[in-house]
Amino acid sequence: MSGQLALALCLLVPALGGVAIVVLGRKPNLREAATLTTAIALFACVLSVLRDVAAGDWQRLVLAEPLPGLQLALQPEPLGILFALVASGLWIVTTVYSIGYMRAKREQHQTRFYLCFAIALMGAMGVAFAANLLTLFVFYEVLTLSTYPLVSHAGDRRAMEGARTYLGILLGTSIGLLLPAIIWTYQLSGTLEFTPGGVLSGNTTPLEATLLLAMFVLGIGKAAVMPVHRWLPAAMVAPTPVSALLHAVAVVKAGVFSVIKVVIYIFGIDYMSTIPAERILVYVAGFTVIAASIVALRQDNIKRMLAYSTISQLSYIVLAALVLTPLAEIGAAVHIVAHAFGKITLFFTAGAIYVAAAKTQVSQLNGIGFRMPWTMAAFAVGALSMIGVPPTAGFVSKWYMIAGAFQNDLYVVMVVLTLSTGLNAAYFLPVIHRAFFRAEDQPPRVEHGEAPWPMVAALVLTASLTLLFFVFNGPVVDLEKVIVDLP
Amino acid sequence: MEHLQILIVLIPLLCAPICVLLPGGRLPWALATLAAWTTLVLALLLLGRIESEGVLSYALGNWAPPIGIEYRLDYANGLVQLLLATVASVVLPYSYRSARREIDNDRQPGFYAALMLLFAGLMGITATGDAFNVFVFLEISSLSTYALLALGRDRRALTSAFRYLIMGTVGATFFLIGVGLLYAMTGTLNMADLAERLPAVAGTRTMDTAVAFLVVGICLKLALFPLHLWLPNAYTYAPSAVTAMVAAISTKVMVYVLIRFLYTVLGADYSFGQLPLAQVLMVLAVIGMLTASAVALNQPNAKRLLAYSSIAQVGYMVLGLSLASTLGLTASLLHMFNHGLIKGALFLALGCVFFRVGSTDVERLRGLGRAMPWTMAAFVAGGLSLIGVPLTVGFVSKWYLVLAALDQGWWALVIAILISSLLSVAYIWRLVEIAYFQPSPSRDITREAPLALLIPTWILVLANFWFGIDTRLTVGVAEQAAAALLGVGP
Repeated sequence: MSGQLALALCLLVPALGGVAIVVLGRKPNLREAATLTTAIALFACVLSVLRDVAAGDWQRLVLAEPLPGLQLALQPEPLGILFALVASGLWIVTTVYSIGYMRAKREQHQTRFYLCFAIALMGAMGVAFAANLLTLFVFYEVLTLSTYPLVSHAGDRRAMEGARTYLGILLGTSIGLLLPAIIWTYQLSGTLEFTPGGVLSGNTTPLEATLLLAMFVLGIGKAAVMPVHRWLPAAMVAPTPVSALLHAVAVVKAGVFSVIKVVIYIFGIDYMSTIPAERILVYVAGFTVIAASIVALRQDNIKRMLAYSTISQLSYIVLAALVLTPLAEIGAAVHIVAHAFGKITLFFTAGAIYVAAAKTQVSQLNGIGFRMPWTMAAFAVGALSMIGVPPTAGFVSKWYMIAGAFQNDLYVVMVVLTLSTGLNAAYFLPVIHRAFFRAEDQPPRVEHGEAPWPMVAALVLTASLTLLFFVFNGPVVDLEKVIVDLP
Repeated sequence: MEHLQILIVLIPLLCAPICVLLPGGRLPWALATLAAWTTLVLALLLLGRIESEGVLSYALGNWAPPIGIEYRLDYANGLVQLLLATVASVVLPYSYRSARREIDNDRQPGFYAALMLLFAGLMGITATGDAFNVFVFLEISSLSTYALLALGRDRRALTSAFRYLIMGTVGATFFLIGVGLLYAMTGTLNMADLAERLPAVAGTRTMDTAVAFLVVGICLKLALFPLHLWLPNAYTYAPSAVTAMVAAISTKVMVYVLIRFLYTVLGADYSFGQLPLAQVLMVLAVIGMLTASAVALNQPNAKRLLAYSSIAQVGYMVLGLSLASTLGLTASLLHMFNHGLIKGALFLALGCVFFRVGSTDVERLRGLGRAMPWTMAAFVAGGLSLIGVPLTVGFVSKWYLVLAALDQGWWALVIAILISSLLSVAYIWRLVEIAYFQPSPSRDITREAPLALLIPTWILVLANFWFGIDTRLTVGVAEQAAAALLGVGP
């Protein structure tokens, strides 16, 4: 398969899958089969892109040229392939999980649910392979709009309000800050292409560059850097599969991914380090890491706790990207994968607890580890990965981040990482303790064991991935070394 | 071939009386549609001729200008004619089913006749190179608009038409006084001739008065804030097809007239260099953009909401032309064309809603996302274009407008444009949320609109995306027109 065809298929497959889902809307079994087939086909397409790239075929695909010199184009590059692989691979697992979840909960509007999921994945693929800022922006908005019906899925007042906050913040920041930043970049440099080494060097004054950087980092609201993080807890009204794949992987990673792309390919690492005020953003991201962890400490609702944990973890990535050393950039890329595996596991377990036991609060979890051993074991693995303890994926990325910070003598970053490790332990370990070491204080209303098997299978799989990544992270690191020119 | 320039005006003009004579609704409709399609072909042919021959000049009745009336066509009015013909060619097929529902049978021939007169009037305004001739066609189009607006079933249509009659007449009279003063100073009515003779009398008090009357008169007709009060009611209560037609092209033609007078007749140096017109227009445009968008947020009626949005969009166009740069003028001309497509598509979609539901109250949109999927999908697509999402025409014109503002370092304008865009997101989203995420109040099943309405609607919607992706025609023409108007191009 030629490189261009594979790229085109990455967008076409989810789109056609969406059509199939609508056509088969009245036959649940076929509809879900179509979703699963689409997910597997998409993963195969991304793998095919990876194979072409490994063979040296960095094909560019131009979709359209709306304005002279402004193309809508796709261009594979290491970071994007990594993001696409994670998102599409976990889509397969999430599909299995959602079939169990949606059927067990007897949710309404399931066709709309699966359709929007497919469109959201198309948006994520577009973001991953975008060749320039315009393309990135288009698919970024596709992702925002297609996830709105998923957040408001329940349709009650609480869901509608949460969804409105979600959309308001994401659209507001993207149109109010990101778009002007893009136009300004174009006006300054005459191009929006992602270029190794950046395009802004020599075209801006330090003040302009600082302002522009702030507009990008805050305008990419999906990265959830404080103070534009409120949409993420609001999005937790969504069904759990949505929180798991979209609000722990696809949407939020699209955000941090965009930030890394801007840092590496628009500003360029070398140019960034000459901007004096760049450090301010390091502090903002560091503050987000700590503050979000402290807020998470005070949450009783499991999903809200996980949401604040996500905010904190996303800022790890932004922080690592802003450290501006090759090892830290690798750490940022690796953490996209590591956090994805760990956090999706945690959300899967939260959903499994909700389906099996109808429990949503941490304080209700006493002794639940004996009823749902697989689920809570998976939770423990995910939690350890969040803290960054070996042998989990989280340790690998933290390792690179700290190594990167040493290269640049940024001791602030190290303090932040250490402090937040402690905080993460402080809110995750009590949950594990409750589940396994405390007796049930009152018998549950209904006797229950594990959640339906597709859900358990999915969460055990992602937990295993979290563990396996600790050992088998070589290919990912090698892939990412290309972007920072490391041997 | 040289008669094409006059035929494009004459064909609809002559169709109007024939329409009255034809019986029933079907025959006049067929004739009017045929006329609109013919003008579309003519507009395309003329655009091709401008490309090969440059500026086209036609002497009416073989009386040589500047004594006789001259029809003068360059890229600027070529683009406007294309827009007019396109919108009419789409709205007329649509109007058949729509008018049968909304207008009494015995009034149908008159309806099509008025529609043709409106069309001919607007065509004439763009075609002519004679200042007084503009006034004549302006009156033709205005009078037919009054009649068309009054045809709405709602009794409030009558008062809104009457209000527009008064405001429109004031506007036209001001325009006439302005043209009269210009004539008194120069002794000519031909625009090209005026442009040559005016510099000699520039700076006199008569001249300043003339400009004041002209600008206020034109701005009244194009509904620039604060002269917009006639517009919301007029759009709201008129029949669907009329709203689509008037909203898509009437105000655009007046923007063209403003550009023509400020740039060609008076000259950019005089209007923006010696007179403080740029400042005045810019401030009004920005206030209009922001306040009208904000007012649109809480409208109880979808048509009314879009009417306020139109006032805001007129602000964009005036803002572009007030920048007095090639980029700004390009943005203005582009938005004129693009907004015609956007508003046309949106009002046609609302016409589909009115056809089935009998109302365009926001409350009545509940649950329509499910009941009328194609109609509401068209509305959402048009809404995206209005907001300015990439791949739509709305993005293209906003892109140029923001670039033009940045080019001159007007950061405040960029912020104003963005705030106004955010407001448009909010008011469009409010409708989307009601249509898609609120259950319909009653059990009665509203069906999808008939194909006769859906197909024209979708043609305009697809045009929104077509010209948003392939911008060679629109951007190319607008850039050349802007260069020519500023006198920097070939």
